[in-house]
Amino acid sequence: MSFNNLDTLYRQVIMDHYKNPRNKGILDNGNLTVDMNNPTCGDRIRLTMNVDGGVVKDAKFEGEGCSISMSSASMMTQAVKGKDIDTALKLSSIFSEMMQGNEYDEDIDLGDIEALQGVSKFPARIKCATLAWKAMEKGLKETK
Amino acid sequence: MNAHEIKKLFPILDQNVNGSPLVYLDSAATSQKPISVIEEVSKYYREYNSNVHRGVHTLGTMATDRYEGAREKVRKFIHASSIEEVIFTRGTTTSINTIAASYARASLKQGDEIVISYMEHHSNVIPWQQVAKQTGAVLKYLPLQEDGTISLDDVRNTVTGNTKIVSIMYVSNVLGVINPIKDIARIAHENGAVMVVDGAQAAPHLKVDVQDLDCDFFAFSGHKMCGPTGIGVLYGKKQLLENMEPVEFGGEMIDFVDQYESTWKELPWKFEGGTPIIAGAIGLGAAIDFLESIGLDEIEAHEHKLAAYALEQMSGIDGMTIYGPKSAAQRAGVITFNLSDVHPHDVATVLDADGIAVRAGHHCAQPLMRWLKVSATARASFYLYNTEEDIDKLVQGLVKTKEYFSNVF
Repeated sequence: MSFNNLDTLYRQVIMDHYKNPRNKGILDNGNLTVDMNNPTCGDRIRLTMNVDGGVVKDAKFEGEGCSISMSSASMMTQAVKGKDIDTALKLSSIFSEMMQGNEYDEDIDLGDIEALQGVSKFPARIKCATLAWKAMEKGLKETK
Repeated sequence: MNAHEIKKLFPILDQNVNGSPLVYLDSAATSQKPISVIEEVSKYYREYNSNVHRGVHTLGTMATDRYEGAREKVRKFIHASSIEEVIFTRGTTTSINTIAASYARASLKQGDEIVISYMEHHSNVIPWQQVAKQTGAVLKYLPLQEDGTISLDDVRNTVTGNTKIVSIMYVSNVLGVINPIKDIARIAHENGAVMVVDGAQAAPHLKVDVQDLDCDFFAFSGHKMCGPTGIGVLYGKKQLLENMEPVEFGGEMIDFVDQYESTWKELPWKFEGGTPIIAGAIGLGAAIDFLESIGLDEIEAHEHKLAAYALEQMSGIDGMTIYGPKSAAQRAGVITFNLSDVHPHDVATVLDADGIAVRAGHHCAQPLMRWLKVSATARASFYLYNTEEDIDKLVQGLVKTKEYFSNVF
């Protein structure tokens, strides 16, 4: 395999999120905290969200992990900010379909997240990409 | 020994992965299997598959002979004094859990101490955490030296008259360190404690003599030493095993079953409840034959040579951090490392794209990762079928990984 194949995984936008993560840290006014680990590899994330009136007002993450898991966390927080719970959960299920290489609703603009599509070709890395999304899903489902 | 010739005996190694010849550097996770082991397992299923220790038919007798024959091979392999001391289990984890659930739970009380080290694999940590919770015993950790080795002074300072169990790995699956088990066992015994050895990374790579080590228990797995998965061994001194209760009850392990009471078979079978892992044990026997045909001393020397070569070649890469002793003399064929700020998962993915298999993650040793102050590392581990060319490819792959990530960042 050449670097070209790797390029489908390590897209420029992913590396940008990894090097310059958005929404990194712990929310001072967070009312929802989720800790999640990937026990097979040791990646971990702490996601704090401020959820008010059924809307994710703010989200931040902190954690340790590879380029895929950390960039995915960065993109996820960016995507759910300002979304209502149902929309955030919908995004999560679209993301999950995308990771499994399935068809998903292409009417929804995923922005940077689309760059993670290549991960579906690297089965060993799918769990890296989904960690932050699972944390978000777990937190929001608890509020329902 | 000639590793190039040995490599040919492993059919799996003759293939391309992602378009490049496979370079398998993950034997510490599980070793590959030589054709002789694969054929021996297949022969059991093709020619004499039967249950053991029951029935009088011919195939049943053959299966029993081969299963018990494998036990004798294990006995010789680890230099145990009798087959009563050799119990087949599912693997190292089951072996240590059996010691914890049977011996430790029955003999420990409030205030007793269990001593392990910071380098232990989870399978030699969690069973003791559980025993400590169940009995009120205290779990104590041996500190490590700067280079990841254990100092006997620390052992003397940590093991006390209250210590009842000392449980240490023989060879570290992360640092590659070979621990001074014989000396640690002596200190344990001076304090009245029993010595448990996690031998998972030792049995495949060096000559094990349980009587010379004078350990009380020794646990190891078949799959890391060219044998099948799902088979392992628990060695225990006879007088300890005799006084221990079985952990699993059912068929195979009983002497006489009354309505409300039962009695157990003699050693070692009282610890082998249910139909045993027959094909696994026969496969392990074949793996022992294979390793002995090459010679454990030869294998150990080959791995030392590879470790020395890898240490030299890898430390030349800019941004490389290697964990554990800097000298190959204290090491088995395990090199754990990080490559500047490239995450180990990313290192492993880039290497995999060139057919090079390494492990990335915490290696089932989270307490050690905390001690090293890292969340994850990459690991290359070598075995008798690896060559210096494999290490050259690893080094080339690592240089390439570094270039690739310096471009994308």
